[in-house]
Amino acid sequence: MIQTAVTIAIICLALSMLALVYRIIKGPTLPDRIVALDAVGVNIVGIVALICIKVDTTAYVEFILLFGILAFIGTVAFSKYLEKGVIIDHDRDR
Amino acid sequence: MSLLHLAIIAPFIIAVFVPLIYKNIKSVHTGWFILPLPILLFIYFSSFISKTTNKQVTMESFSWISSLGIDFTVKVDGLGLLFALLITGIGSLVILYSIYYLSKQKEKLNTFYVYLLLFMGAMLGVVLSDNLIVLYAFWELTSFSSFLLIGYWYNREKSRYGAQKSMIITVLGGLAMLGGIILLYNMTGTFSITEIVAQADTIIDHPLFVAALLCILLGAFTKSAQFPFHIWLPDAMEAPTPVSAYLHSATMVKAGIYLVARMSPVFAEDTLWMGLIIAFGLFTLFWGSFSAVKQTDLKSILAFSTISQLGLIMSLLGVGAAALHYDQPKYFTVATTAAIFHLINHATFKGSLFMVVGIVDHETGTRDIRKLGGLMNLMPITFTIAIIGTFSMAGLPPFNGFLSKEMFFTGMINALHMDFDWSIIIPIIAWIASVFTFIYSMILVFKTFTGKYQPEKLEKKPHEAPIGMLISPIILASLVIVIGFFPNIIKPILVPAIETVMPMYEFDVHISMWHGFNTELVMTIGVIIVGVLLYLGLNKWRGIYGIFPEKLALNRFYDGLLDSMYKGSHSLNRNVMTGSINHYLSYMFLFMVVLIIGSLFGQNAFAFSTDNLAPIHFYEVILTLIVAISSIALLFAKSRIVSILLTGTIGYMVSLLFIVFRAPDLALTQLVIETISVSLFLLCFYHLPKKLTDDPVPVKVRNAVISVGVGLFVILVGLTAHSTKLFDSISQYYIENTYSEAAGKNMVNVILVDFRGFDTMFEIAVLGIAALAIFSLIKLRRNGGKKIENK
Repeated sequence: MIQTAVTIAIICLALSMLALVYRIIKGPTLPDRIVALDAVGVNIVGIVALICIKVDTTAYVEFILLFGILAFIGTVAFSKYLEKGVIIDHDRDR
Repeated sequence: MSLLHLAIIAPFIIAVFVPLIYKNIKSVHTGWFILPLPILLFIYFSSFISKTTNKQVTMESFSWISSLGIDFTVKVDGLGLLFALLITGIGSLVILYSIYYLSKQKEKLNTFYVYLLLFMGAMLGVVLSDNLIVLYAFWELTSFSSFLLIGYWYNREKSRYGAQKSMIITVLGGLAMLGGIILLYNMTGTFSITEIVAQADTIIDHPLFVAALLCILLGAFTKSAQFPFHIWLPDAMEAPTPVSAYLHSATMVKAGIYLVARMSPVFAEDTLWMGLIIAFGLFTLFWGSFSAVKQTDLKSILAFSTISQLGLIMSLLGVGAAALHYDQPKYFTVATTAAIFHLINHATFKGSLFMVVGIVDHETGTRDIRKLGGLMNLMPITFTIAIIGTFSMAGLPPFNGFLSKEMFFTGMINALHMDFDWSIIIPIIAWIASVFTFIYSMILVFKTFTGKYQPEKLEKKPHEAPIGMLISPIILASLVIVIGFFPNIIKPILVPAIETVMPMYEFDVHISMWHGFNTELVMTIGVIIVGVLLYLGLNKWRGIYGIFPEKLALNRFYDGLLDSMYKGSHSLNRNVMTGSINHYLSYMFLFMVVLIIGSLFGQNAFAFSTDNLAPIHFYEVILTLIVAISSIALLFAKSRIVSILLTGTIGYMVSLLFIVFRAPDLALTQLVIETISVSLFLLCFYHLPKKLTDDPVPVKVRNAVISVGVGLFVILVGLTAHSTKLFDSISQYYIENTYSEAAGKNMVNVILVDFRGFDTMFEIAVLGIAALAIFSLIKLRRNGGKKIENK
């Protein structure tokens, strides 16, 4: 029973990711795409958690934590790029 | 190491000391120190005459690379001895002549004598070696030293051109000859000429026989300036005259003749050998004498004359080979006698003629027959020598050229006994060529020494040459007369040489000045009458040389060939090596695809089986679909940022697939690396244009075809590899031993740091190098690359 539910949930998330990829490709603006990528990350976290249940393991928990951080860093980097055109500022003293 | 070896190596040893002598003893002409060597060698080789007359062959072996069958074996038989005597004898005379010809003050004598000694030693090595590889080594050394000697005045454009040309052509032939030698080795298993001759009967049916024959002949023809490879010889006339006299008339150009004569016992069983030699020899004979008439430079006349005479000797050797194929060998053996006899005669009169031309050049400052004339009274001795030499060359009695020319006609008339339909053409061409020979001989002597004296055209005031310069040509001219009157005195040298060429026949050579009233004499008289008439009417028919189109000249062809080879390879390089990575990758991928797909289907190696496949979940399909869609969309992305986003998506999806396929460590690493890479790409964007470059459509289509091909080949190879598993994987060992052997439960990490830790170490090294490289790239550039260079 739970197996079936998990499988259906994975499929739903996968389909949602497919839709997000469509948004990444289509745009129309860059922030649209970045938000879509961020959402892809969230979906990935969900799928990984579901897979953990499905195969009955805790091996992927670290992945979930790490992805939570990286997806955030990635989105911030993109946002900063959008804002200033650079990601890492030079020292102001120079 | 015997005395014979020492005799061959002696010139090389002396050559080492020449610069020392030149530097330290300035007061005496260096040539005087060289002169004793060839004289001593000549005397030494003369001591073999009695042995070879008794058919004794002296063989001495010195181990060189015995394991490969290459030994420095020296063999003195009739033919080798004849050449050795020519080389050392004429060598002595040429060195004596050069002492007076080359000025002590103006010329760099050290290099001249080093080159000349190199050549002399190499030539002795060629004619006395019994081992084919050693022969080849010396053969190339003659080409090389000839190259150095032709380019002796290397600051002249023409010298360099002539040297390069002769080098290219003779080395081409030399390499072909090496090919022939290797083929002979394949057939017989030995490099020794003696043993190859012993096996001659068995190798004639070998499939490689004809190839070896053609290769050897190509080597002989290029060296001996046979048509169409004769073009290097006239350009080699840029060398100092002693060199022309020595190399390009008496010795080196006869190396090809020597090779043909030496190899005759091996190849003459085949009619192809005979046919090719007769055909090329006769045509060279005709073409050389025909071309000589139109030359205006004395040395050019002599060069074409040499070509023509070499063709004559070559064709005689060919006719001589016919003895093996027809019933009555005595008709043809006379041709071999004539060949060897003329070889000696040609060396004597051509050597003296070159020296005469050198004297004329030296004393008047020009070699142009249009400027020369009327030197007879000013240079009586030179004129006498010239008369003797040219009359001998034209085949007039009582000189030695007459005897060999008569024998030549005999040989050519006897060639009619060959039963093929066109054999009548052989004596006709021979006769026509002799007429031309007569004409240019007369031009040579009479345009130079008689007629009007034109002092205003000459650079110097001509007078008789110093006596030292005249000694050598006088000796040669006396030989011409002595052999002419008493031809039988050279029999001890001549007969053993002929018997080496044609070991299967007995020769009873008897040469006499008057051998009755016969066809040959009629032909000679005909040559003289027609020749005189044509010479007197020279200006009326000279126009025929204008008919021959300059475009078809072989030199044009040669220059054009070199030029087009240069241009061709240049444009090929420019078209292929474009400097565009796109092109290079296209070539690589294209060939990879063609080779691997081709061999997969060519070898029928493609396999596809559905055993061992895991079940596919629906969500796996969707995830893979996302990767596929993103990848395709990536190809059509218009801006860089979109392509980066899509790359990131693909990277994340791949890490998700790692999760699905249960590889948590991989997934973690992939995730981090993907994020860093995306950030790095973004970092670079500041410096890059926003838009991606637009390739033209045809390039896109080409790239698309190639990339589809690459994808297809990877899929095919993957499927085939998966479908043909030959044995189980070794992973069971790791599963069993990870904890018991390495005290770890994470199998991937245990493999990385324990079972296969070496790989990890070097991966770390790679990362370290990359970090250092990035650091230095950025840092050095920040500091200014130019500044560092200036320090």
